[in-house]
Amino acid sequence: MMGLDIAFWVLAIIGIAAALAVVLLRDVFRAALSLILCFLTVAGIYVTLSADFLAAVQVLIYVGAISVLIILAIMLTREVQRGSPSGKLRIPAFVVAILFLGVVSFALINTPWQISQLPPLEPTTAALAVKLFGEGGFILAVEIAAVLLLAAILGAVVLVREK
Amino acid sequence: MAIFNPSFSSVNHYLETLPPDWPGGFWLHWGIFVVIIFAFVMPMIMAFIYFERRGLGRFQVRLGPNRVGPFGILQPVADAIKVLIKEDIVPAKGDKWVHWLAPVVAFVPALMIFAVVPFGDGALLADLNIGILYVVAISSISVVGIFMAGWGSNNKYSLIGAMRTVAQVISYEIPLVLSILGVVLISGSLSMNKIVEAQTIPFILLQPLGFLIYFLAACAEINRTPFDLLEAESEIVAGFHIEYSGMKFALFYLVEYAEVLAISAIITTLFLGGWRGPVLPSFLWFLIKVFGVFFLIFWVRSTIPRLRIDQVMAFAWKCLLPLALLNLLITGIEVIVLPEALPWPIIFLNLAIMAVLVVLWSKFFRLGGGRVEV
Repeated sequence: MMGLDIAFWVLAIIGIAAALAVVLLRDVFRAALSLILCFLTVAGIYVTLSADFLAAVQVLIYVGAISVLIILAIMLTREVQRGSPSGKLRIPAFVVAILFLGVVSFALINTPWQISQLPPLEPTTAALAVKLFGEGGFILAVEIAAVLLLAAILGAVVLVREK
Repeated sequence: MAIFNPSFSSVNHYLETLPPDWPGGFWLHWGIFVVIIFAFVMPMIMAFIYFERRGLGRFQVRLGPNRVGPFGILQPVADAIKVLIKEDIVPAKGDKWVHWLAPVVAFVPALMIFAVVPFGDGALLADLNIGILYVVAISSISVVGIFMAGWGSNNKYSLIGAMRTVAQVISYEIPLVLSILGVVLISGSLSMNKIVEAQTIPFILLQPLGFLIYFLAACAEINRTPFDLLEAESEIVAGFHIEYSGMKFALFYLVEYAEVLAISAIITTLFLGGWRGPVLPSFLWFLIKVFGVFFLIFWVRSTIPRLRIDQVMAFAWKCLLPLALLNLLITGIEVIVLPEALPWPIIFLNLAIMAVLVVLWSKFFRLGGGRVEV
């Protein structure tokens, strides 16, 4: 399991560094690129957890679609290089963020996580499909997510439509 | 899986999935296939460049490159040497890091696609059970590289080119993936090798409409000529790579052809039966089919003029997307209702459906009609 440990630490360190860069970089375009790196390391961690389908979907959705849309939005804004100067709420925001980090870390460390002793499923796609669309699965949640996305699209269309 | 995860359990699993007569263990297999992929991709790109330039010459009733070596066969080599010794120019006000990184970000995913392309039975770097999904996911990263090039150059034409790419790639990705789903439904697997094994008859006969949609959407994804708005010379000079020279420009040139090669290989694998074929050895069949698909791609390039941006977008959303959805619906019905039906009636039924749908859509759907709207 040495290889997995090394992979996890490398991915974790790069991921956290990239996430910090997203917040700290002044140049919004570079911040968006760091966000892409962060998404990629998350996909890498999914791979080490034998969740290959999830990893591919993570890359497809987050890197291929969402980040690209974020960059497109950045290109439509002005004075990107000067970035977004911080406002008056800098200190309170910092305090809230630290509190949130503390609560989440506390919860993560003190939860008794159940670790399965079984070897990971191969292949994962069939098992996922049964869980999502089979009997007793999460089909309702899938459908609700689809309706939610449709509502969001309709909302966007209504917002930008010319009167 | 195994390509990312060299832990011991996955090595054992991996060895079990290898064909029994395959020499060597996990790392040897890995090393050999990395070498094979490089030895396949680089000469194939050179061959494609030569083939396309000579072919385009024929189509345009001129000679094409014919001076360097016999029949001009060394022209790509001469071009490569020329481009390597050119000066590397970085725009003074550009974002230097992004400008430097962009060609690499564009090139690496284009090469990574070949990790799951089967050259023969089981002869592939990693037989991922999510093979085709991996291809779609990885190829969506390339657009980030083009974006970085457009942004880092600090040039308005570069930026316009990059913006056009994004609009185009995001729009065409939807029909692209939907048309792949038809193949996945019939073969019942996402693994590239299993998809080839399932093709007792090539899927182009069972999925003619899917093939058509995939072919057009893929041409748009890799910005081949009817859709190459991001580098439309008559409008925006050279688009996203206007500020690139020397080795970095060569990398973008390589990306363009590596993507064409990848798309040819994927169309071969998904629709034309991959390495399957009588008499000849499997890798030779694979090569022949790849060249056939590539010929079709540049035939389209030399025949059809470039579209306007509003026409490109309208074509994706009003024509390809509904057709891809209908194709998925029809394929699903066929898989459920007629699972054991004879192939020939199904083939003719599908061809008829394709003909009717294409004619129908061309009747009540107009491209822009002279009105420019985006």
